[in-house]
Amino acid sequence: MPKVTVDGIEIEVPAGATVLQACELAGKEIPRFCYHERLSIAGNCRMCLVEVAPGPPKPQASCALPAMDNQVIRTDSPMVKKAREGVMEFLLINHPLDCPICDQGGECDLQDQTVAYGRSHSRTRENKRAVTEKYMGPLIKTVMTRCIHCTRCVRFSEEVAGVDEIGALYRGEATQITTYLERAATHEMSANVIDLCPVGALTSRPYAFEARPWELKKTLSIDVSDACGANIRLDSRGREVLRILPRVNDDVNEEWISDKARFQVDGLTRRRLDKPWLRLDGKLQAASWDAAFAAIARINPGKSVAVVAGDLIDCETMFAAKKLAEAMGSDLLEGRQTGLDYDCSNLAAVNFNSGLAGIENADAVMIVGSQVRWEAPLVMTRLRKAAKRGAKVFVVGAEWETTVPTTFLGTDLKVLEKLPKDVEAALKGAERPALILGGAGLGKGALGACLALCEKFKLVREGWNGFNVLHMAASRMGGLMLGYAQKGGIADLVKAKPKMLISLGADEVDYTRFANSMIVYIGHHGDKGAHFADIILPAAAFSEKPGTYVNTEGRVQWADKAVFAPGDAREDWTILRAMADALGVSIGFDSFEELRAAMAAAVPALGREGLADYGALPKAPNGAKAEGEIAAYPILDFYLTNPIARASLTMQRCSSELLHGESFAEAAE
Amino acid sequence: MLADKDRIFTNVYGYQPWNLKAAQARGDWDDTKAILARGRDAIIEEVKASGLRGRGGAGFPTGLKWSFMPKESKDGRPSFLVINADESEPGSCKDREIIRHDPHKLIEGALVAGFAMGARAAYIYIRGEYIREAEVLFAAVQEAYDAGLIGKNACKSGYDFDVFVHRGAGAYICGEETAMIESLEGKKGQPRLKPPFPAGAGLYGCPTTVNNVESIAVAPTIMRRGAAWFASFGRENNKGTKLFQISGHVEKPCVVEEAMSIPFSELIEKHCGGIRGGKDNLLAVIPGGSSVPLVPAAEIWDAPMDFDGLRAVGSGLGTAAVIVMDKSTDIVRAISRLSYFYKHESCGQCTPCREGTGWMWRVMERLRTGDADVSEIDMLWDVTKQVEGHTICALGDAAAWPIQGLIRHFRPELERRIGENVREAAE
Repeated sequence: MPKVTVDGIEIEVPAGATVLQACELAGKEIPRFCYHERLSIAGNCRMCLVEVAPGPPKPQASCALPAMDNQVIRTDSPMVKKAREGVMEFLLINHPLDCPICDQGGECDLQDQTVAYGRSHSRTRENKRAVTEKYMGPLIKTVMTRCIHCTRCVRFSEEVAGVDEIGALYRGEATQITTYLERAATHEMSANVIDLCPVGALTSRPYAFEARPWELKKTLSIDVSDACGANIRLDSRGREVLRILPRVNDDVNEEWISDKARFQVDGLTRRRLDKPWLRLDGKLQAASWDAAFAAIARINPGKSVAVVAGDLIDCETMFAAKKLAEAMGSDLLEGRQTGLDYDCSNLAAVNFNSGLAGIENADAVMIVGSQVRWEAPLVMTRLRKAAKRGAKVFVVGAEWETTVPTTFLGTDLKVLEKLPKDVEAALKGAERPALILGGAGLGKGALGACLALCEKFKLVREGWNGFNVLHMAASRMGGLMLGYAQKGGIADLVKAKPKMLISLGADEVDYTRFANSMIVYIGHHGDKGAHFADIILPAAAFSEKPGTYVNTEGRVQWADKAVFAPGDAREDWTILRAMADALGVSIGFDSFEELRAAMAAAVPALGREGLADYGALPKAPNGAKAEGEIAAYPILDFYLTNPIARASLTMQRCSSELLHGESFAEAAE
Repeated sequence: MLADKDRIFTNVYGYQPWNLKAAQARGDWDDTKAILARGRDAIIEEVKASGLRGRGGAGFPTGLKWSFMPKESKDGRPSFLVINADESEPGSCKDREIIRHDPHKLIEGALVAGFAMGARAAYIYIRGEYIREAEVLFAAVQEAYDAGLIGKNACKSGYDFDVFVHRGAGAYICGEETAMIESLEGKKGQPRLKPPFPAGAGLYGCPTTVNNVESIAVAPTIMRRGAAWFASFGRENNKGTKLFQISGHVEKPCVVEEAMSIPFSELIEKHCGGIRGGKDNLLAVIPGGSSVPLVPAAEIWDAPMDFDGLRAVGSGLGTAAVIVMDKSTDIVRAISRLSYFYKHESCGQCTPCREGTGWMWRVMERLRTGDADVSEIDMLWDVTKQVEGHTICALGDAAAWPIQGLIRHFRPELERRIGENVREAAE
């Protein structure tokens, strides 16, 4: 623990800390452009210069200098002030200063630091540099003349995303940041460079010229595009959410989000269900709420009710629907829309037990049937960290571009029963071995076989649980906690032939199997579910209601409401409450607070933010066999996995340009 | 004047062939095994005692630098010697003469130095434009391999030592030691942050020492003739002999080996036939390659040509590339041209150098024509101070110093031009 003095304040800093971190610990702000906690140190902007004794009689880059015992650091000396002024001036002489037309305005590091550390006037008479424009895909807008060459984007792509797409060309004044062959950035995390860019060189293309940051209302929320539960911030103006940004949460998403989480936002205002619809004479027709509820009352299903929950649904809605079904006398609840029927009697067996942050400590990882990059991009960044620390990665399933050194063990699940010797040795020799079972593996019934591996390789040991199931739906773990799982999966619902099927935004269900049920669709987008519905009740999207979400590691998180639902649409729980009246049953709550309290009483873990405790892993079932081929993964198109994304023009463009454009071009050749 | 018997580089003018046979006749590779047999510490101590300071410009004591290398590898990493033959400093041309006429001095030096620091191999990074020189070097290395002087069991000493020659692609910045390491690794030549220093983590993350060609090439002779002999030349702290490269407005420009601390006047009168047009025609001298500030005639004439002597007149020895300018020189244009060079060669990694070198050059160009305001001279001075010492490597300093020298000594000239230009404009 070195002791240093910062501007006369003596503090102890952790071993290995840099001078910049020492200054921050002492409460001194150090301006910086290139330094970023989650990227490697470049030391090239020279903005963080401080005076350090002992050392050469010139200012030192604090971001790259290790803090040593008895260092005397000054951040307020004339030398430091002059150095900062100088660097600021250099950065600005070739910066276009087009702040009035720059989307970064108001949240620009360069602007802020110029105000704080810059000179009050310009001394240069020379012409400014201009840089040719680059094309970086449908998500990232570039104005490269504004670039200050901090190389954060380059380091992000190399280190976090794992693709060498971005680099610097030429040298000196002529240096340009460019994508390789000016090709679009095709990685599913690429848009994080927008947040990293300290100036307006890389900005959001869909959000271009939409709003200024000070006009926006900021609401804390949780991403629903996958099961990671990334912490996000919804920036809204009036009734519209204009953009989605990541929040810092080291346990979940660090400070990244996937491109889908960020850019499906325009889907929230398109293809929306904003009034009730009734199917009359085989055709959907707009109706009033009264007519809709009257129609529901006419169904008069009695006990013959089933509920199927969609992927984006919050726990409160699922709980309210469960109460309604219970009041009617039914317990037919299911959330696994595509027919998965894995055993949910012990939730520890279907949980991501290592934790999103924990998995980066694994030193050998076996992935069974998961295309992690598309199913959970945030888990992939963690796996990259693990691989960088030397973890070996094995994959059972069809091959995909992992961005880390990987051994593929073929598509046949039988390999799990007789692993190659070197793989077995690697897992046996590992201190923290981990297994990740994905949707494709669950679909082939590999859960039992994986639990058997768990015992074989001691995946659970002191301070380490390496057994992980990676889900893809934001509602999955919450649904499982609320009992949205039948023994036989959705087939049980089909078998029961319910008179009324309540669909909570379930758009992946094969509704033809419910041809004889009256389908009441409570959802927000005119997607597949709405097409099959007999009664459509317009509800709120995740941005339009407060809600509780549980991510794949069992972390309970709360999201706030940013805007009101459009038109006649209502928050889901109020619809279910009104349905109870229409059906003449009581479900025991009249307000959202009462609903939450009832839910917390029923499932206490949902009443507390943080990791839910699911207890110990069960023993593997006897005679569990791994059979079948994993020739494909459930997600066929990363950008179009949910109704919001499918409605989003941006996501549609990404899909056609980034995924299909390439294959079209190849076919044309 | 240095006696012929005391010269280290006896074939610097190429009167004899460069090949192994001729080199051996000149005394190279003479019982190198015995030198190595004296042991690593003895070699380093000898070089320390000789007072040899790095010949690449910075003048860091060479023996001390070698002693920073780990005595033995604790983690299995090998050590490397990198020899800097990327001689790109305007005015410098000594390494070129060594390589094309006396390459075996360098290769033998590589073995001696590499052995002393426990290096597994030496990489000679030669400037891309040195095409013929690289050809000689490749051939000389092959000769040495064929003769068993390097490679497995080099000189039958039992020590395995390889020498690789790597051609650069013509970037000045690759002469900076860490940029050279990056370039050798196949990356873009951009200086690394220090610490870690190359002696801790250099080439491929292994302990590395980067030395100039001349520093390495003199090592075998020091070992043969003794530290005391080498230290008998020059003043205290500036020992030894040195290749001076005199270019510009002298009667006979030349590369010549001389004792350190020789007065400028003696160097010019004895070896170069004097200043063109006589002593009184001398305007200024850049004594150490383009990176050091110029020194006006009056101050340089009696100055001793060594590290400390030139520092005393506000300049530096650098690589001892003496650029002489007589009164026919447009001194502002000369310095402006150097500014352009630094603008062109800045790697663009860190802010002050990337942005500052271009700015300085543009102001210099306007000062050349007088299209400027007098206050801009002070501003330019201020800008050079903003670049100097704020960058990752020394290129920023090198770009700033020539301009500082100009403003310090030729401010009246700058003001005259501005004044005349303003009058012209008024007319």
